[in-house]
Amino acid sequence: MNLRDTLALSFETVVSYRTRSLLIVLAMALGVAAVVVLTALGDGARRYVVGQFSSLGTNLVIVFPGRAETAGGFPGAALGQTPRDLTLEDARFVGHLPQVRRLAPLNVGVAELTSGGRLREVTVLGSTAELLPIRHMKLAQGSFLAHGSERSAQIVLGSQLAREFFPDGNVVGQRIRLGDSRFMVSGVLASQGESMGFNTDEIVIIPIDYAQEMFNTSSLFRILIEARSRNTIEPAKAAIRHALKLRHDGEDDVTVITQDAVLATFDRILRALTLGVAGIAAISLAVAGILVMNVMLVAVAQRTSEIGLLKAIGAPAADIRRLFFAEALWLSLAGGAIGFALGHAGALMIRLAYPVLPAWPPAWASVAGVATALITGILASLLPAARAARLDPVLALSGK
Amino acid sequence: MIRLSAITRVFHMGDQEVRALSNISLEIGSGEYVSIMGPSGSGKSTLLNVVGLLDRPDSGRYELDGTDVTVLSETEQARVRREKIGFVFQSFHLVPRLTAAENIELPLMLEGIPPAHRKSQVDAALDAFDLRDRAHHRPSELSGGQRQRVAIARATILKPTALLADEPTGNLDHRIGGEVMALLEGLHHAGTTLIVVTHDRELGARAHRHIAMRDGEIVGDQR
Repeated sequence: MNLRDTLALSFETVVSYRTRSLLIVLAMALGVAAVVVLTALGDGARRYVVGQFSSLGTNLVIVFPGRAETAGGFPGAALGQTPRDLTLEDARFVGHLPQVRRLAPLNVGVAELTSGGRLREVTVLGSTAELLPIRHMKLAQGSFLAHGSERSAQIVLGSQLAREFFPDGNVVGQRIRLGDSRFMVSGVLASQGESMGFNTDEIVIIPIDYAQEMFNTSSLFRILIEARSRNTIEPAKAAIRHALKLRHDGEDDVTVITQDAVLATFDRILRALTLGVAGIAAISLAVAGILVMNVMLVAVAQRTSEIGLLKAIGAPAADIRRLFFAEALWLSLAGGAIGFALGHAGALMIRLAYPVLPAWPPAWASVAGVATALITGILASLLPAARAARLDPVLALSGK
Repeated sequence: MIRLSAITRVFHMGDQEVRALSNISLEIGSGEYVSIMGPSGSGKSTLLNVVGLLDRPDSGRYELDGTDVTVLSETEQARVRREKIGFVFQSFHLVPRLTAAENIELPLMLEGIPPAHRKSQVDAALDAFDLRDRAHHRPSELSGGQRQRVAIARATILKPTALLADEPTGNLDHRIGGEVMALLEGLHHAGTTLIVVTHDRELGARAHRHIAMRDGEIVGDQR
């Protein structure tokens, strides 16, 4: 029997056992759809996290005071205190390193913002003009903290604060009180929303010196440093650590992390997670494969006399094997195709329901899902097909 | 030309040995019309199965048209069955999912004949067996006589040299059975060797040669 007839005849068989075929196809389709949807979720989460990190800045090196290591030795460590401040002087020193393109020292605190009878507690970032390019922030109005004017009392408002305090939209140049000091609004940040648990729409940014004065500290919370290029991230990290060690009397008492390292860790974790859920979904495919095998075995038993007849009219064992094989192929092909469509529809629904989550099924998962369906279906048909081909024609004809 | 020499076929039922065929030697010339008769369990169906290459004898030699077919591989035997032998069964053995025309077409498919050529042959067979208006009916929609006509059309579509019929009228009433026999005899007149296994004396008597079997042995062979 030629390939075309084999496929046509087995297709006719699949169609004629409608309920049985639909159930197998459904089982297969759900397995494939599970692989597609779950990997879309996993990969979507990965992309979301990576995207969030990237929005913080590129080629970023972050320095903060203290060592992230097992505490001990000095009493302050256990209380979360650090032995030595990370100062603005430290930051300036690091700024001279050739690997560093720009840096922004950072202090964070909370203060009351008041103007025109309105009052609100806000998160305050103290920094310099470089914060804007390093953190990839954008301005909606006015200008950011001017270069070299750290001592002037300027303030940049998050977009929501600007709306709340100055509903008429006339913001730049207005005076506003933060804590006990008066500031002049120099600019308004563009609305960016939540990013790494930090709503930039509801913060204010003031010059670093004012912030340190306001919060009565000489230690920086962080230094955000942008390396010259991706390749200089590691050299920059080493140079910064070395420079700060020199300044801190040979004590290696700061922590330097790179965004790349954090990013790579998240990327690895979430990739593993995606593979994990894909594996779980693949188990359901294997179950569907066993279902195919079971149904095919029943089919061989049901159609024993038909197989006997085919042998009597001269079908060689290979033809009979191929017929059952083709039947499984059709079932898994239909299951794979419908599962592919269902999975992509499911992923689309997730994207519509949660627009922030880029739940695109990875291409490898779609291919692997459909391929697994085909392979399990075909593997599952091997035993029944071989059993059918081996039937003794005389016994088979009598239905035994 | 069918030549069996000392054919023995033994079945094992538990620890019992049943000699279904015991040292059978037989020659059937091409174009003969032979009936094989005998009580149940006499071995007549086993003999037909051996002749039709559905069953392999435990010992002995079987020559079909001058070739020893017992030594052929399964695949080669399947080819010989396809090309030289047609089977007609008591219970018709039609594929229930396929229409009458598709059932008739099956051997052509197995032979690998392209669809365009198959159509004309199937049409001719439908006409020859008066099944034209039943072509697209499934077996469940056909009468017993029509089903057996479809089965005969299928058995003869590749123009076999021998037609083996096992109780071909067993599931049919007397009149329809007679019509079916007339059809088979028509094929015999056209040159096909016809071997009919039956325990119906009247039916057996219509053949030109009568082989009687009992306990796996040939006990009578009359022309």
